[in-house]
Amino acid sequence: MIEARGLKKAFGLRPVLRGVDLEIASGEFVALMGPNGAGKTTLMRILATLSRPNAGLVRVAGFLLPAGAAEVRQRLGVVTHHTLLYSDLTAEENLRFYARLYALGRADGRIGAALAQVGLERRRRDLVRTFSRGMQQRLAIARALLPDPAVMLFDEPYTGLDPDAALMLDEVLRCVAQSGRTVLISTHDLPRGLALAHRVLILSRGVIAHAVPTAGLRPADFADTYAQVVRQAAYAG
Amino acid sequence: MQAEPRPAARPVATDLAQPAGRARHFLRVVGAIVWKDLAAELRSRELLSAMIVFALLVILTFNFALELDRSPAARERTGAGVLWVATVFTGTLGLNRSLAMEKDRGSLDGMLLAPIDRSALYLGKALGNLLFILLVEAILLPVLAILFNLPMLRPLLLGVVGLGAVGYAAVGTLLASLAMHSRSRDVMLPILLLPVAVPVLVAAVRATSGVLAASAWDEIAPWINLLIGYDVIFIAAAFMLFEYVVEE
Repeated sequence: MIEARGLKKAFGLRPVLRGVDLEIASGEFVALMGPNGAGKTTLMRILATLSRPNAGLVRVAGFLLPAGAAEVRQRLGVVTHHTLLYSDLTAEENLRFYARLYALGRADGRIGAALAQVGLERRRRDLVRTFSRGMQQRLAIARALLPDPAVMLFDEPYTGLDPDAALMLDEVLRCVAQSGRTVLISTHDLPRGLALAHRVLILSRGVIAHAVPTAGLRPADFADTYAQVVRQAAYAG
Repeated sequence: MQAEPRPAARPVATDLAQPAGRARHFLRVVGAIVWKDLAAELRSRELLSAMIVFALLVILTFNFALELDRSPAARERTGAGVLWVATVFTGTLGLNRSLAMEKDRGSLDGMLLAPIDRSALYLGKALGNLLFILLVEAILLPVLAILFNLPMLRPLLLGVVGLGAVGYAAVGTLLASLAMHSRSRDVMLPILLLPVAVPVLVAAVRATSGVLAASAWDEIAPWINLLIGYDVIFIAAAFMLFEYVVEE
């Protein structure tokens, strides 16, 4: 469902991705971890069709990028630490705006279902600027769920959330995982990533330095592995 | 345990496969972007109020700086110049903020992630910017008419103002989307925009002063033709270039 081969991206003379290879199967929930500056957001932006690689092959939902970007966008939901919402519009107006951009039929039903899924149906007529950060992030997920995407990308969605809001986001992400969507989430939160994902990848210095299934993996052991992998990659670089 | 995977091959909106469906979607997207900009602005009054206050300050400053007992001919030339200087200053302010806010809030990415034609995004933003510029002009013209004692509400003059505003919003939206990637975008936009907009500004000032002086149509027509030509060329160029300007 998501495939990258030899993916490279540099900003000026500074290489950020140095040959990323990854494959995520349909319905799989994968967590992408790595230190700051490892290239997680750059990788996410390339997969989300927002940025073009300098070299390598990328295929999302069966379509090669950048040629199939328009097809991919119809099947993709993206959540970042920016909510991509308009604070001076209500929750419902925001979703209606995006429903028009995605040419969605039966928008009322979809908007109601998406808001119910994230527990915001009672706040649908409130301006987004009156929402807490956690509520805004839940609305951002409703926005991403609106076109019923087969593939979802979450780029550090926990940034700026308090513990209660993070727990609510966990619940929403579990529902997303159970819906059979293919999910790639980048996060710095190791225990949370392990609890949610089927597999975890460590991106360090622009390459996938480690990949392991989460089944039976203990957070403490993984924290040691993570530190070791990041250290090794730093020395090798 | 992994849930049953959902198929990826199904497109969200099947009518986009047909040319008529794509054309309908294009127009709906343009309408949605204009509606969104207007609705957000009506609630926040962040941009329009700043543009109006700034425009009024510009013409008041010019009014006090220039002699009040000018001859009719001098008033016509000065009035046309002041109108377009105020339009350029406030237009640049509005263009910069309109796209910078989308970039800073990340909402530009939200639109770029949607399966929409980039030219629909351009047209929606350009129409929104044009509406804001025209709203400011609607306030400026009566104020200028009073301060400079000029017949500012003639139908032909309104046409000239409309054509000039279209050209300025067309090229301004394109260059503002280029400047928004720069850290010094507040400085960058005027530097990029003013040289490119010189033809539209010269034509607009000449046509405006011609209309105010009740000149013969033969004298005004070349400037109006230049405005129309500029509008067509820059709208067409922006349609082709916007995709490359707005994407990384």
